[in-house]
Amino acid sequence: MKTTRRQFIKIAGASTAGMAIAGSVLGSVQKVGEAAHVKKDMLDSELTRTPTYCEVCFWKCAAWVYKDKEGNIKKLIGNDEDQHARGKLCPRGTGGLGMYEDEDRLKKPLIRRTDANGKQYYEEAEWDVALDYIANKMNSIKKDYGKENMALFVHGAPAKHFEYLFKAFGNENHAEPAYAQCAGPREAGFFATFGSGVGSPEPADMQNSKCIVFIGNHIGENMHNSFVQEVSTAIDNEAKIIVVDPRLSTVASKATHWLAIKPGTDMALLLSWMHVLIYDNIYDKEYIDKYAFGFEELKAHVANYTPEWAAGITTINPELIRKSAHTMAAASPASVIHPGRHTTWYGDDTQRERAMAMINALLGAYGRRGGMYMGVKQKLPKYPVPAFPHPHWSWQDITKPKFKNAAVGLTNVLIEASLPEFDKKHQIKGWFIAGTSVINTIPDRIKMFKAIENQELIVVVDTMPMEMTGYADVVLPESTYLERHDYSRAGKNRVAQVAFRMPAVEAKYDSKPAWWMAKELGHRLGLEKYYPWKNLEEVLDWQFKQVGSSLEEMKKIGVKTFPSTEPIYLLPGEDYEFNTNTGKIELYSTDFAEKGYDAMPKFTRHESPDPGFYHLVYGRAPMHTFGRTQNNPYLYDLYETNSIWINPRTAKLWGIENNSNIWLKNQDGVISEFSTKARLTERIRPDSIYMVHGFGHTNKKLSRARGRGINDIPLITKIKIDPIMGGTGMRNNFVTFILEEPSREEIIAAADWKANAAKKKEASENKKKETEKKSEAKKEHTKETHTKEEAKS
Amino acid sequence: MRYAMAMDTRKCVGCSDCVVACQTENNVPLGFCRDWIVEAVKGTYPDTVQMHFKSERCMHCENTPCVRTCPTGASHVIEGGIVKVTHDECIGCGACIESCPYDARYVHPEGYVDKCTFCDHRLEQGLNTACVDVCPTSCLIFGDLDDPKSDVSIILKEKDWYVLAPEAGTNPQLYFLK
Repeated sequence: MKTTRRQFIKIAGASTAGMAIAGSVLGSVQKVGEAAHVKKDMLDSELTRTPTYCEVCFWKCAAWVYKDKEGNIKKLIGNDEDQHARGKLCPRGTGGLGMYEDEDRLKKPLIRRTDANGKQYYEEAEWDVALDYIANKMNSIKKDYGKENMALFVHGAPAKHFEYLFKAFGNENHAEPAYAQCAGPREAGFFATFGSGVGSPEPADMQNSKCIVFIGNHIGENMHNSFVQEVSTAIDNEAKIIVVDPRLSTVASKATHWLAIKPGTDMALLLSWMHVLIYDNIYDKEYIDKYAFGFEELKAHVANYTPEWAAGITTINPELIRKSAHTMAAASPASVIHPGRHTTWYGDDTQRERAMAMINALLGAYGRRGGMYMGVKQKLPKYPVPAFPHPHWSWQDITKPKFKNAAVGLTNVLIEASLPEFDKKHQIKGWFIAGTSVINTIPDRIKMFKAIENQELIVVVDTMPMEMTGYADVVLPESTYLERHDYSRAGKNRVAQVAFRMPAVEAKYDSKPAWWMAKELGHRLGLEKYYPWKNLEEVLDWQFKQVGSSLEEMKKIGVKTFPSTEPIYLLPGEDYEFNTNTGKIELYSTDFAEKGYDAMPKFTRHESPDPGFYHLVYGRAPMHTFGRTQNNPYLYDLYETNSIWINPRTAKLWGIENNSNIWLKNQDGVISEFSTKARLTERIRPDSIYMVHGFGHTNKKLSRARGRGINDIPLITKIKIDPIMGGTGMRNNFVTFILEEPSREEIIAAADWKANAAKKKEASENKKKETEKKSEAKKEHTKETHTKEEAKS
Repeated sequence: MRYAMAMDTRKCVGCSDCVVACQTENNVPLGFCRDWIVEAVKGTYPDTVQMHFKSERCMHCENTPCVRTCPTGASHVIEGGIVKVTHDECIGCGACIESCPYDARYVHPEGYVDKCTFCDHRLEQGLNTACVDVCPTSCLIFGDLDDPKSDVSIILKEKDWYVLAPEAGTNPQLYFLK
């Protein structure tokens, strides 16, 4: 796999930047030493604080940034008033300071240049130069292809600023890995059932639940702050916890029932749970009669999906299946299956999520205390600007014909559209990326590199030299969340709240906030009319004033709670109209039936690994978010590398000992770039291995994270696309162990697995043809002899 | 006054937030820690395997081998039973480290021995310890055992608990709830 036009450039290769890095390392070491020498205890009374909400993950907990008299950030503490934080931050939020302090941060805008020998390098540039370069390129793509022929890939708070810019430019091709590689299926599955998606935070009313079910959702390892707090409350309340996971996850260790399921068979379990709930007559009959559509169809549909049937598929004892269903029903309606978050697993993910939604319906959970609440929010009005221009085409035109229920742009479809063979009209020729290192987020690297090659402009906005920055034409250093304003957090929750972010300190280096970059680009693209304000503060102040607050007030309180008259639970006997075709909870989806999808979920058998291969199960560690925190000095200190969890019985077959160094190879022959330690543990099924996602960074400029652990993304080569919403199912991959260090050449050659597979196929076809020829010849020969013999007789 | 901490193993998720919060609150240099997480696994897959986490730190024992073995008097006990080290008096000999059954002390890069102080500087300000305040699962409960109405007194009366290495006879003041 070689990129020709676009050589990977390790950022900060320029000598001046190199010196700056060395200087700051020294600085930070001295700081720690000095502080320790003085041995001065931190007194809160001597500190001042400013509000923010966290950006280390998507939970966006509101926090206070504490500073000393010199203006140095000392610590980050959760805001007591905030529903997401409840006065506490998780380890990542507490260690969020590391994002600001990290000496490996991007420091100056960089522009890709080519020297006389054809070697590409990054040249440090002033902002004006870098922004002019981008605007010129965007205008030339607009002229040569169309303003629609660019894609925007985003994650987190910078998203809004660039989405706004792109809409003003007349482009709606925006996508987030957060949908097609993550939460998309649950949105589609729950929407089809309740006429309402899930959203973030998921409205599972866990603090009031008497029974909580997690399907592969390893809460506590995915450190969604208020949720971890709610589960903790549920434990205090002696709620039952049911966990379905091939691994004794943290939450499984706290469960009443742990169902150590064979990976890929969740649908069988869910169907059999529905069977038990219906045929043991323990579902919420009154609720279903009042609110649901298609119960009789469902009853007939699950008639044969008995626990005994499911047991043979899932390897779960049928009695445990029955018992766990009864546990859920006994707690109903304060009983909930959590929708999960990363749900792009096997390709039939929307249907699996729908089955979960349907069980929530059978439990009478939706709109009930302890089940799922109906969130409320405070809408912040948009600052008045002229209407955005209408694009001639958008992501919908290239997505909807195939994936009818995709609710937003799909990264994988836009990448497909970025390939040179895609139809010319809709071909993407430029990428703008902010806050996501797409090569480590979206599987199928071969396709990714082909798409990268075909781009005339790639802009990457980040705070860190993530791998994707090495493929950019222009890299823009973003200020961290502790140094910038952003739009407010105002999502749905139990009560309507708005959380405010402001800079606690001046931006380090030559970094800039995303809103400033977008505005500056807007001016260069002739879109001044969409930027009538001086700075984001002005917009925020205007927005706050529309809802009876102000910038001044928000600076003091950080989080404002707004009164809401909307109830978050259904009222007893309420005639509620759901946002579906029938106005009911659809156990039988009329929308799916109309569009040619299964109206009720069916069981599909997914592949099992060949002998010597194991299910590749990946997940999270509480100290890290995706692949973006591994270089954070505080979080690195807590968890510097991942390990490969292996059941001791499996390890014995291979002679692998605890802490043995191992490499992984997947079913397509792809070998992991680095090795990591084996972790022998009884906490996992013998047919599966587990690893924490986000490790194995390759960019040397991530001085701590580089070379630490194994990256799961390159090992995910078999992708099953969800036919309903287009998400990329990534759990169909299997790995085996390599115990001796493979050579670099071997690893590089193995990465080109598509070409290798084609060669192998060709070779085997040739061999087959030869054998066929031989056997034909042999047949002819026998025939001849036979005829001769016949003639003789 | 007798400060003590209870740690609810049923609720801890092993996230290590207590570790980072302590590091930032107390200027603990990276690579070192005053508190840490232990993962305890027993049994075999699938039927008997069990796991729980423990958040551990100095147990602020009633019977303190670390104080007894300290040749300079740097290790000492203050009001409320908090075991502290006066950094200026510590010669970094490591005798206390050897004598501690809980491995709760480390040598600071500056040459002295450092350990958990139950955030006594925060207690003086009327605050809780940093680890208790940050914990998302609220699995740490801190207070005065001499006060029967304190959270820690109440929870230790209500729940079953155990201490680590009781055979060492140190009478540790970090209680683990079952």
